[in-house]
Amino acid sequence: MTSAVSFKQVSRHFGSVRAVDAVDLEIVPGEFFAMLGPSGSGKTTCLRLIAGFEQPTSGSISIFGERAGGVPPYRRNVNTVFQDYALFPHLNVLDNVAYGLMVKGVGKAERLKAAEEALSMVRLPGYGARRPGQLSGGQRQRVALARALVNQPKVLLLDEPLGALDLKLRENMQEELKSLQKVLGITFVFVTHDQGEALSMADRVAVFNDGRIMQVGTPEDIYQRPKTRFVADFVGSSNVLPPDFVQRYSGQHRWGSLRPESIRVSGATSGDGVAARLVGTNYLGATTRLALDVDGLRLHAMVPAGTALPAEGEAVTLTFNREHLHLMDEPA
Amino acid sequence: MRSDRGQSAPLGLKIAAACGLLFLHLPILLIFVYAFTTEEKSFVWPPPGLTTQWFAVTWNRPDVWEALSLSIRVAAISTAIALVLGTLCAAAVSQTRFFGRETISLLVILPIALPGIITGIALRSAFALADIPFSFWTIVLGHATFCVVVVYNNAVARFRRTSGSMIEASMDLGADGFQTFRHVVLPNIATALLAGGMLAFALSFDEVIVTTFTAGQQQTVPIWMLEELIRPRQRPVTNVVAMVVVLVTLLPILLAYYLTRDGDQIAGSGK
Repeated sequence: MTSAVSFKQVSRHFGSVRAVDAVDLEIVPGEFFAMLGPSGSGKTTCLRLIAGFEQPTSGSISIFGERAGGVPPYRRNVNTVFQDYALFPHLNVLDNVAYGLMVKGVGKAERLKAAEEALSMVRLPGYGARRPGQLSGGQRQRVALARALVNQPKVLLLDEPLGALDLKLRENMQEELKSLQKVLGITFVFVTHDQGEALSMADRVAVFNDGRIMQVGTPEDIYQRPKTRFVADFVGSSNVLPPDFVQRYSGQHRWGSLRPESIRVSGATSGDGVAARLVGTNYLGATTRLALDVDGLRLHAMVPAGTALPAEGEAVTLTFNREHLHLMDEPA
Repeated sequence: MRSDRGQSAPLGLKIAAACGLLFLHLPILLIFVYAFTTEEKSFVWPPPGLTTQWFAVTWNRPDVWEALSLSIRVAAISTAIALVLGTLCAAAVSQTRFFGRETISLLVILPIALPGIITGIALRSAFALADIPFSFWTIVLGHATFCVVVVYNNAVARFRRTSGSMIEASMDLGADGFQTFRHVVLPNIATALLAGGMLAFALSFDEVIVTTFTAGQQQTVPIWMLEELIRPRQRPVTNVVAMVVVLVTLLPILLAYYLTRDGDQIAGSGK
């Protein structure tokens, strides 16, 4: 099967900066694919390479089997939802949504009907006559989505589309995007720096760092079985354990990752377990995050709210299921 | 600069402001009054009598019509050149980064900062050096140098306020460069161009110094007026023409002011 998007050794350098560095990537048709990484990790440049706003310095990109090299953005069957939405302020909402059809020469009645349908799809029916300036952030987001989807793209690119929304709205939009993608069956490629967003929405996630892909996999893979220290730390702030520490519990001299929620903390200084000292507590609502000190190694544990806790500075004992200690590929 | 508290200014300040305004505008009113005087050889205050005959006299003077027509044609063509060049330059400076960008920005603005006499002398010697005879087109070129600045300044300010991703969005939705310019860029900078164009037109219309250096035998309206003041006959004709010039230049400037004032809602990005 041809990939929706295929990167073969793609690099994009800006002067001496390697924004994207020899990336190989296959995005499966119809999947919800997330590019996750800190700012400056190259994820947005990858998105712009797919859209056609950037051309690779080397390597080749194909979209549904077609070579994309040298093809300008307006001749790619790919549409983008921009981070700042980039709605046209001089057009009303309906004309904004119909813009793509208008420049393709679709007749007025037909394109306005299609635009109206697209607006209903994003649950903004009847908003066509308004100006973008009269809409809230969440509504503009939906208009931008409708404007892209009305063109029936093969791939929809979303550049941090939820970044400007408040928490409640963001959660609603996450669910909506996910169900919209299921209904339409279009390949969605989604850029985000929010690991929670990537894990909850995507079928597969690529974790970026320094212009390279660190790991590609299902959210569970990425979360439970990180391959490198960077992935373990960036996705869900796992405890990264040095090889010496890991050797004591697994017998192997490798870097390890232990999820904060896998650690149990008890006040008693029983013989079994790891002796530690509680150095701080962070109340997060549903859970409490504990900062622990194990002979100079800083670990974090997540315990349900309401758990009886020893006072800060006291000695505690940590226990964890050995199965939860994940050994990483990264060489020690 | 508006006082928010609604307090009234002190009386002294009000009087000073009124005096300032009178000082600025009384002489102009005086010119209007002299357009109706019956005395034709010199300006006598108070006017010995009032008449509207000078309007008819002016209407029938072919030299007035020639000067007016030349001025309007020069202003229109210089403005047209300035609109094209100024917009292109503003687009290049605000949308892309290249070596020497700031320098180009400065060089474009320089002609309006330089005294007109320097621009005039420079152009005259350049035309002489290149063996270009003085004509309608040399005046147009001279005026275009400072008209470009006005258009450029207006356009560059508007470009800066326009979200750059809008152009990318248009391309992304399938519009090529020309369609993007026609459907997205132009509507967003249109009022800025109109305002810049009107200012450019007004500047060109009353320009004296650059014109004297770049014109041959032709007379634009301001040059014709200067010549006319020396002749002792039919003086009020000059005043009638002056009234027309004030109206021709004032109206576009007022219009430009109102257009750019309301520009925010047009140019504001979608944020």
